[in-house]
This record gives sequence, structure tokens and C-alpha cells, in this order.
Amino acid sequence: MTQDTAAERSAAVSCTRLAYSFGETTAVDGLDLSVGEGEVFGLLGPNGAGKTTAIRCITTLLPVPAGMVHVFGHDTAKEQMSVRRMLGYVPQQLSADSGLTGRENVALFARVFDVPRRERAARVAQALRAVDLTDAADRLANTYSGGMVRRLELAQALVSAPRLLILDEPTIGLDPIARTSVWEHINAVREATGMTVLVTTHYMDEADQYCDRVGLMHRGRIRALGTPVQLREGLGERRRADGAPATDPLPTLEDVFRDIAGSGLEDQSGGFRDVRSTRRTANRVG
Amino acid sequence: MSEAPAAPRTASADPAPEYDLNLLLTPPQPRSGWRLLPARVIAMCAVELQKLRHDRTELYTRAVQPALWLLIFGQTFTRIKAIPTGGIAYIDYLAPGIIAQSAMFIAIFYGIQIIWERDAGILNKLLVTPTPRSALITGKAFAAGVKSLIQAVVVVVIAAILGVALTWNPLKLIGVGAIVILGSAFFSCLSMTIAGIVLSRDRLMGFGQAITMPLFFGSNALYPVAIMPGWLQAVSKANPLSYEVDALRGLLLGTPSHVGTDFAVLLVAAALGIAAASSLLGRLAR
Repeated sequence: MTQDTAAERSAAVSCTRLAYSFGETTAVDGLDLSVGEGEVFGLLGPNGAGKTTAIRCITTLLPVPAGMVHVFGHDTAKEQMSVRRMLGYVPQQLSADSGLTGRENVALFARVFDVPRRERAARVAQALRAVDLTDAADRLANTYSGGMVRRLELAQALVSAPRLLILDEPTIGLDPIARTSVWEHINAVREATGMTVLVTTHYMDEADQYCDRVGLMHRGRIRALGTPVQLREGLGERRRADGAPATDPLPTLEDVFRDIAGSGLEDQSGGFRDVRSTRRTANRVG
Repeated sequence: MSEAPAAPRTASADPAPEYDLNLLLTPPQPRSGWRLLPARVIAMCAVELQKLRHDRTELYTRAVQPALWLLIFGQTFTRIKAIPTGGIAYIDYLAPGIIAQSAMFIAIFYGIQIIWERDAGILNKLLVTPTPRSALITGKAFAAGVKSLIQAVVVVVIAAILGVALTWNPLKLIGVGAIVILGSAFFSCLSMTIAGIVLSRDRLMGFGQAITMPLFFGSNALYPVAIMPGWLQAVSKANPLSYEVDALRGLLLGTPSHVGTDFAVLLVAAALGIAAASSLLGRLAR
């Protein structure tokens, strides 16, 4: 018990048997998760695995009972405002306001996070600079490409100097070059600020490349946890023990995932609603 | 206060970015207690004004309907002299009613905007900021008020061009502004409350259409309450639009009215609307 509390205090995010249902549908089913301060943690899984619901519980968007979720030691059920002050959140949809310029979009978040007026313009400029949008700052966001909107959202999240940056499918629907660019900016900002990053994705290659640690989620729970290399080597060892030749290449994260989720993955991967919302995002990214 | 503290920029010495991110390292000081609400209201109103500055189309298209009401309905009924107006020209009598109506039409569809913002992820992102739901709704309500106020100015100008003898007393005009903002705050909250119940844009459109006309015709905007049948008089008594029109008539034309009572009724209605819409906002976030 005391150990638990100590772990909750030192972790950036800690979920203890987190469960959430929408009516009959159980989206998150007893999730245990601990994200260390300063790491880039990837929550992976197919559509419908419960990643977004878990994220929405952590961000205080969905009400959960006290004791289930802590952010830097603060209970999301009891200390919502303190938790929110530490969060930068980029939802799955392209959420910049298309009727405002890039600068106005970021300034709104500076205002709602109480950045004092004398500091606001400079802080907004720095956030835009950090994501390479200085030149486009005074154009309306509806003229931005998908990758630029994602970077703008990153600037919106950064302007309040969050300790925890939460990104829900940040590269969904983007072309490979934009994907790389978004990740490079996330990494550069993390190096400069030391913030913790919690990201969900279903692109296993990205997780392999950019995450310090990953949790593979399936049917509402974490089924495997570790560094990408640990997980891949673990599967490699199990395969060799089962008689696979030692010359086989190291399995990919995707192989690890197939191993854990077993067959029937296709049937399980997300209902109509998930696919539709993913498509909608992809359409808007264009 | 001096500039931001000299930041430990070289904390992670190796890949120091070539630009300064020092402001993005310290979270802003939270605003406390009573200062939070006005700050959020200002933030939401600023966004509304910025959007209007970038795209004025709505301002022009929304001016067409009130212009037609005054021009066609007003001028025709002025000739007929069928409605007892207490000795003033019918178009004069009508003008405050049309100001209130056009402001209400803007506000009553504000719920559609909040559903759009929900679908686009903007609402979720705002809900993860240190903004209590009631402050967010109050901000939105006053933003609707600001938008309606600009619309009211347009209608006042049209009415003046058509020869309506309106007051130019600045104190009374400030009173007109306050009444329009309060009325729109109520109607936008009514709309956001319905949005929180029906949750979809299509259904809200239906509700919006279904309630605007009864609100309009069941008020004293077009004719005095005294000539209505008894049951409609009762409706009119419970209709905030009647109080808005009564106050506007008193302030703009100097006809006998109960500006104090009207103001109080609208204030209470707006407060109740904010409470109702705030309590249902969580449903939209889910």
C-alpha cells in the first residue's frame, strides 16, 4: 500500500486498475500503467483497444472514481484543476480553429492558461518558433497542411509549459515526411524542456523508433510492457526456444503485437465508429 | 517585473536548439478565485471578435433578414395602422423587436457551434485547460453576446436609415448593449443546453427551428401583449424575449416600460441558462 503511494508520487502518470465502460461496452478493463517522469511512453494498440478512452480518463475528460488515476501524484478525480495545469493535450482530431490564424490559436491557449499579458506575445512567439511556424503564424489555420496543423496544436499545448504532453494519434493520416517532421519537433521540444510525453499510436514503426518504453494494449488492458528492444528480443528468444533458427531476423514490434493479441485481431480491431472517426480525421488531414 | 528568469537553457547541453525556448520552461502563475472568470470571458470574446474580423460574411448575410422585416413588414404595417402602438409609427415600434429578434437568431444557433467544436476536438482541448465548465459556458455565452451586439449595431443603423427615431443618448445606448448581451447570453445557453441533451447537430437544427418562431411570435416583438389572447399573454410573460424587447423599446424610443424589472429578469434567466448548460457540458465531452 505504502509502496503503491510512493510509486504514484514519483510517476508522471499512474493508473491503478483503471476501468471505463460506455453502457454495455467495456473500453478500458483494469488498466495498470505507470509512466516515469521524463520518458516518452507509447500506448500502442489497434483501433478500439481502449487507448483513447484511457487517455480521456487521464486528461480528466471522462470522470473516474478517486484513486484510479494520478498525474504527478495528483488524483484526477479530486484535483482536476491542478492536473489540467500540468497537461498539454493534442486530441486525435485536427483541433486547431480554422477560423483563426496560427498565432491566435496559440494565444487562446496562453490566455486560458493564465499567461500574463506582458509575457503573452513573447511566449506565443516562442511556441510557434519551436514548431517552425513563425513564417506561417499570421495565416489562417485553414490554409495549413495537415502536418502544419499538427505542429500548431503542438505549439498550443507547449505554450503553457506542461510537465506532461499527451498526444492521441499525433501522426494519423499524415504522409511519411510530415510524420517524421511532427516526431522531430516532439523530440526537440522534449530535449529542450525535459517534459514527459505520453503518446498513443497504432503505427508500430514509429513507436519502435521514438518511444523509450511502450505498452501494448489489447481489449482494454496492457498485454506487454517494456522498451521496444526488450519486447522484440523477448519474442525472438521465445521463438528460438520453440525451435526457430537463430538466423531469423529480430521480430518487429508488429510481430510482438500479433503474438500477444493472437488471431482474431482483424475482427476485434475497432467498431464502425472508430473507423469512421479515423477516416474523418484522415479526410481532414487530406 | 523584469523579463523572464534567465533560464537554465543549457541544462541538457548537447543538442541546444539554436533558438530560445526559455519562456516555455516555466508554467504560468495560476489566476486565483474571482479573477479567473473574467479572464476566461475575455478569452472567449477575443476569439469571437478575431473570427469576425477574418470573415465578415455572416455579419452581412445576417443583416438581410432584419432589413427585410423593417423594410417590407414594417413599412406595410405602418400604412395599415392595424396594430395599436401607443401613438408611434409602427416601424418605430417594430425596430426594437427586430433588434432583439436578430440577436436571438444568432444566439439560438450557438449550440451548433459548440457541437461543431466538440466534433473538431476544440471543445475537448478547452475542457482540459484549467477552466471550470461554468467559466467556459459563461465565456461562450458572452461571446455570443458580443456577436449579437455587433449584429444589433447593424440593425440599429438600418433602422436609422429607414427613418426610425431612435435615441442617441450614449447612456441609454450602453443600456441597450447590456440588454442585448444578457438576452443573447440566455438564448445561447438555452441552445447549448439543448445541445447537451440532443448531442447532434441535425437534431439541434430541428429544435432551433422549432423554438425560434414560437419565441418570436409569442413575444411583444411584433405587437403589444395587450392584444394577444389570454393563453398567449401567459406565454409572453414567461418569454425572456418579451422582457428584452420591452427594455429595448423603453431605452431606444422612450415608451413606457419596466427597464429595471426587464434587466433583472434577463440577468436571472442568463444565470439559470449558464447553470443548466454547464451541468450538461460533460455529456458533450463524452
